Amino acid sequence: MDVLNALVALANFVLIPAVAYGSQLALGALGVTLVYGILRFSNFAHGDTMAWGTMCTILATWGLQAAGITLGPLPTALLALPAGILGAALLVLATDRMVYRFYRAQKAKPVILVIVSMGVMFIYNGLTRFVIGPDDQNFADGERFVINARDFREMTGLAEGLALRSTQVLTVVTAVLVVALLFWFLTHTRTGKSMRAYADNEDLALLSGINPERVVLVTWIIVAALATVAGVLYGLDKSFKPFTYFQLLLPVFAAAIVGGLGSPLGAIAGGFVIAFSEVGLTYAWKKVATYLLPESLAPEGLLQLMGTDYKFAVSFVILVIVLLFRPTGLFRGKSV
Amino acid sequence: MKKWLMASALPLFAAGTAMADDAKIGVIMGYTGPIESLTPAMSDAAELAMIEVNDSGKFLEGVTLVSVRADSTCVDSAAATAAAERLVTTDGIVAIMGADCSGVTGAVLSNVAVPNGVPMVSPSATSPALSEVEDNGLFFRTAPSDARQGEVLAGILQERGISSVAVTYTNNDYGKGFADAFEAAFTGTGGQITLTSPHEDNKADYSAEVGALASAGGDALVVLGYADSGGKGMIQAALDSGAFDTFALGDGMYSETLLADLGGDLEGSFGSVPWAEGEGADAFAKAAEAAGIVAESTYTRESYDAAALIALAMMKGGEPSSAAVAANLLDVANAPGEPILPGELGKALEILASGGDVDYVGATNVELIGAGEAAGSYRYYEIKDATFETVSFK
Repeated sequence: MDVLNALVALANFVLIPAVAYGSQLALGALGVTLVYGILRFSNFAHGDTMAWGTMCTILATWGLQAAGITLGPLPTALLALPAGILGAALLVLATDRMVYRFYRAQKAKPVILVIVSMGVMFIYNGLTRFVIGPDDQNFADGERFVINARDFREMTGLAEGLALRSTQVLTVVTAVLVVALLFWFLTHTRTGKSMRAYADNEDLALLSGINPERVVLVTWIIVAALATVAGVLYGLDKSFKPFTYFQLLLPVFAAAIVGGLGSPLGAIAGGFVIAFSEVGLTYAWKKVATYLLPESLAPEGLLQLMGTDYKFAVSFVILVIVLLFRPTGLFRGKSV
Repeated sequence: MKKWLMASALPLFAAGTAMADDAKIGVIMGYTGPIESLTPAMSDAAELAMIEVNDSGKFLEGVTLVSVRADSTCVDSAAATAAAERLVTTDGIVAIMGADCSGVTGAVLSNVAVPNGVPMVSPSATSPALSEVEDNGLFFRTAPSDARQGEVLAGILQERGISSVAVTYTNNDYGKGFADAFEAAFTGTGGQITLTSPHEDNKADYSAEVGALASAGGDALVVLGYADSGGKGMIQAALDSGAFDTFALGDGMYSETLLADLGGDLEGSFGSVPWAEGEGADAFAKAAEAAGIVAESTYTRESYDAAALIALAMMKGGEPSSAAVAANLLDVANAPGEPILPGELGKALEILASGGDVDYVGATNVELIGAGEAAGSYRYYEIKDATFETVSFK
């Protein structure tokens, strides 16, 4: 019983939240890593692309809800997702037309594009606030829990509760689906192959007749879709606030760099490394230890490695260590 | 509020010298920044008191109170200091009604008010640190210090028989000061705090904080944060994981949107919020309604009281000067004397003119303690059926 209680406590406060948060980061990092791999710059506007896509989805969700259309136990936002992706794709394609293409034609250095993307970030920032405002928006509907802590306790008779939110399940399932789809696309379709060829060697790709504008177009559409899906899943799980999405940029970039910029597999691994280190290393192990150890050895302290104040420090220490010993990231992406 | 009172006193002095003059009062509020939605109503309330004094025709002869607004930004100390400096040197204000947020209030006080000898009355700066600051007797506030709220909240927990809690606070001056005050008060009465964990506002994920707090345990989670930011995120994460069912909330968590979003799950949670009730608050609501300004907003009552106190202190001192305000503000705010409610400033001016004493009650039952800060009254509420239900006043 005690072992079970310990496991449940660990799952409830470390494993499940970290897996869900890790999937959210992974989806965000995938977008960043694609832009880096194919368009060759760090897209600082990614967090705000997520916010914009989510905002479009929210507006469509409200429209559907007003029309009386819902998905039953699932959030209506899933139905509105295509509208959000379309909105985000239009925005990034317009941005590419008006801003990035100019610098691409000049063969501008990546660092210039990074600064340009920061400018774009501030514009997106303002656009989103202009449309929906700076406040919290709640757009989740349907069943919030697959099982909540109280029901779990009653069902199993254990002292510890286990909560599993439907959005957490949804996040993980969607992340797996999206990643599988992306890998299939990159390795099995003509367009996907041409994107990889363009990423590997731009000049060779041009020589073999690949249309660069088409590669860029497809990349931006995929990035918009990834950003919107990540943003909507995050918003369903927590809540939508433009400023929070802007702040998501830091852990998302940490995940992409730890995994190896330009490597899709690395982005996913990086997302989980960052999430588990934030949640796991600052966890107070007292509860788990109390269940596992004999009473005479029960801990008096919290058995906390470091205070939660340090959780952001943790992900950045990992980032520094990875960059020191393996500058290309865990999965051999491009060096920064 | 005090400033306002001083301003009222200023016209009285002018009457004595039979000179027509304007007495300027600086209204320094964050018209831009995090509390920009609250400050217009606060300024309107302060100016309502000044207008009432001017219209009564009983202020210092020939002196009219004039409000001069300036932007404190709430967060940028350098900008607030520059704005206050301008008011003192260019506009020649005699007193400051403000500033609003604790950080900029401290900056204006030490950089402008103290060097120039200009008194300040803040309606909303609640940091306990401001009680200790070197102010040469120039700083007053009609908002109570969070040190007091820490005691009130600890008292509420004791009353409910809760002796072991975990604490989370928003990681800034307000949250840290509040958490320290609460911790001292709660452990002082024998309560046990299992873990105090700060949280950052607007972060992506709070499961690390909630995991640690849940492991530490406790009968309730004390949340000293903001309802539209990290505080809500913490409660949401704690509820979702089943870590805590009961929450004790600080004043920053009092918000209708919190109820709208999480209402049903917060059943049985409770908290404290500065609140005024009784005939003073009613009289203010009536006066505000008549003047067409918003009364039911945060810190409007405190703002009215601050301006009224400045005017009355000027009247008592017999001249529209900084010295008169600083010297007489505590006198007019506290007993003995005739109790004065909002809308009765004319009567107060009359009494002061004839050499009598007033005890300004105002909209918030003003009682200045210590170095000149409101004792404050708090509403102890419990969340029932997704509404805030008053349990008692403290």
